[in-house]
Amino acid sequence: MADLETPAERRRLFTLLSPAYLWLTVAVFLPLSAMLFFSFLTDMPQDAPDWGVTLGNYAEFLTNPTYATLLRKSLTLAFTVTGFCILIGYPCALVLAKSIKGRSREALFLMVILPFWSNSLVRIFSWAIVLRGNGVLERAVNWLLPFDVRLNLMFTTDAVVIGLVHSYLPYVILTSYLALQAVDDDLIDAARSMGASKLTILRRILLPLSLPGLLAGAVLVFVPVVGSFMEPRILGGRMGTYYGTVIEDQFVAVYNWPLGAALSFILLAVVIAILAAASPVLKRAQT
Amino acid sequence: MKSAFLLSLSAAALAASGALADEIRVLNWQGYGTDIDWAVKAFEEATGHTVVHEYFNSEQEMLTKMRTNPGAYDVVLVNAIYNPQATAEGLLSPIDPAGLENFVGIPAEFAGSAMLNEGGALHGVPWTWGVTSFAVNTQAFDTVPDTLEVLWDPAHEGRVSVRDDAVEAMQIGALATGQDINDIRDLEAVRAKLEALLPQLRTFWGSENDWNQFMAAGEFDVSTYWSGSAARSAAMGLPVEFVVPKEGAIGWLDSLAVPASSEHKEAALQFIDWMIDPEFYVGWDAEGAPASANGEAAAALDESAFNRRVLGDPEVAARVQFQAPIDDGTRREYLEIWQALKAVQ
Repeated sequence: MADLETPAERRRLFTLLSPAYLWLTVAVFLPLSAMLFFSFLTDMPQDAPDWGVTLGNYAEFLTNPTYATLLRKSLTLAFTVTGFCILIGYPCALVLAKSIKGRSREALFLMVILPFWSNSLVRIFSWAIVLRGNGVLERAVNWLLPFDVRLNLMFTTDAVVIGLVHSYLPYVILTSYLALQAVDDDLIDAARSMGASKLTILRRILLPLSLPGLLAGAVLVFVPVVGSFMEPRILGGRMGTYYGTVIEDQFVAVYNWPLGAALSFILLAVVIAILAAASPVLKRAQT
Repeated sequence: MKSAFLLSLSAAALAASGALADEIRVLNWQGYGTDIDWAVKAFEEATGHTVVHEYFNSEQEMLTKMRTNPGAYDVVLVNAIYNPQATAEGLLSPIDPAGLENFVGIPAEFAGSAMLNEGGALHGVPWTWGVTSFAVNTQAFDTVPDTLEVLWDPAHEGRVSVRDDAVEAMQIGALATGQDINDIRDLEAVRAKLEALLPQLRTFWGSENDWNQFMAAGEFDVSTYWSGSAARSAAMGLPVEFVVPKEGAIGWLDSLAVPASSEHKEAALQFIDWMIDPEFYVGWDAEGAPASANGEAAAALDESAFNRRVLGDPEVAARVQFQAPIDDGTRREYLEIWQALKAVQ
């Protein structure tokens, strides 16, 4: 940055960056700080004239064990979903980037991102049709197999995991694909010429070089899944109460915005702490 | 629409001097009875008054509109839960039932409701009512059950549903444990009862449309439901039967009120009188109406009509516990209990 010393250059840099900073201020900083402010209130100012400032909403999280239970449940869900996304998404990206060439790659790529173009609610409702008792999946399985099968997947934790993995899989595939494509094919050829097995190439060359992309995808999946509420509510039935659904209830069912905001910021803090704990791994991946 | 009532109304209107052509403004939910074309036209022809509608989307909005636009409305739909608050704020005018020809048909438990008689005077004319109870899939039952305990029956495990609503769940629990829904003394008993209910559930339902789809897909044997919605679902051809069990049910009551700031109170009362007229109600019921608070109106329906067969029975009506206002603290307490129960699933 030492070459940006002249005033003219600094001015140009400022003009070029200002739209981005303006956008960040308006779209991210202002709403978030409003929510942070609400999280310290006893009541919303427009509802109660006698509102005051309190830490009670944060204390509520510590005193009521329900929230900790649900947070643990949501984190487990997020780790499971992220794990499945990596297990399914990385091999897909590998095949797309290294084995398939030309037209068919474009076609397959389109199929990966196609679900992204439909509304997430529509996707979840389609899963509901597939998974429910006597639904598409159960009928197909029963048509293939001679004996009667009752899958009973709908309204279980499994259904929530299936729906979420399907929703967020494209993130992992896309980021891993970009990282894998950047790996020079000559490296692989060189390794092969020296007698490296396929597994060695994957372990010693492809995985380390594409790790930043894979981890970026994992983070992109993990963060929204921890706070998800719509998918668990529709697919999870009575098992579908998570941390996100409780926050939603505070906002829409009891109009307790301060508690909802406080719970959201606790979630944000936990997510940041997890990412910070993982940062040595992330950093090593980049070098 | 040449009926005796409307003729007498028009005669009364002619006799009254200077009140011939008022414009009355009605504040209500859209599509909720008062704005049916034929009914409004009949009223306008009979009395010479014209009727203009304005709509609200929530009870809070209704109160705000009355507070901020004095004199703008002459007839307002007020759910009985909100009558005491609106009366206390001085928004509603007292109503003399003697001026309403059809008021005699309204039974004492509605007309004398404490919520409508805040301060000792009637501030809202009982108009429609309904109950939250449960409905069964008639294909899953040989005889229609008469007890709430069917929700806890192990024979229907995994085939039961309730709405994901803390207050409704707690009140169902209160009924099942024999308590007053508006004053739940033994919260622990309700909690334990609901804890036993959760493993019975298939899933929660959220809206009428949700409920119809689950029922049509055969997911439920028995589920909590609303009386008006049950009548519509049955009319759609779903095999459902609504039950008001012996333990009772949760009731709601809508009233028509006249704002204190109204400048056409005479005409407003004439309109309310037409709204509780059995003749109007029979016509409305054919298009899908909630239960009428006027006993004579319910009695005028065809014997097979849902609103007469199920809710028109005075014994059934006597079992219903009407919902009183719930303060925010209680609402939060209920939500905490309900969330804690759902969290450990």
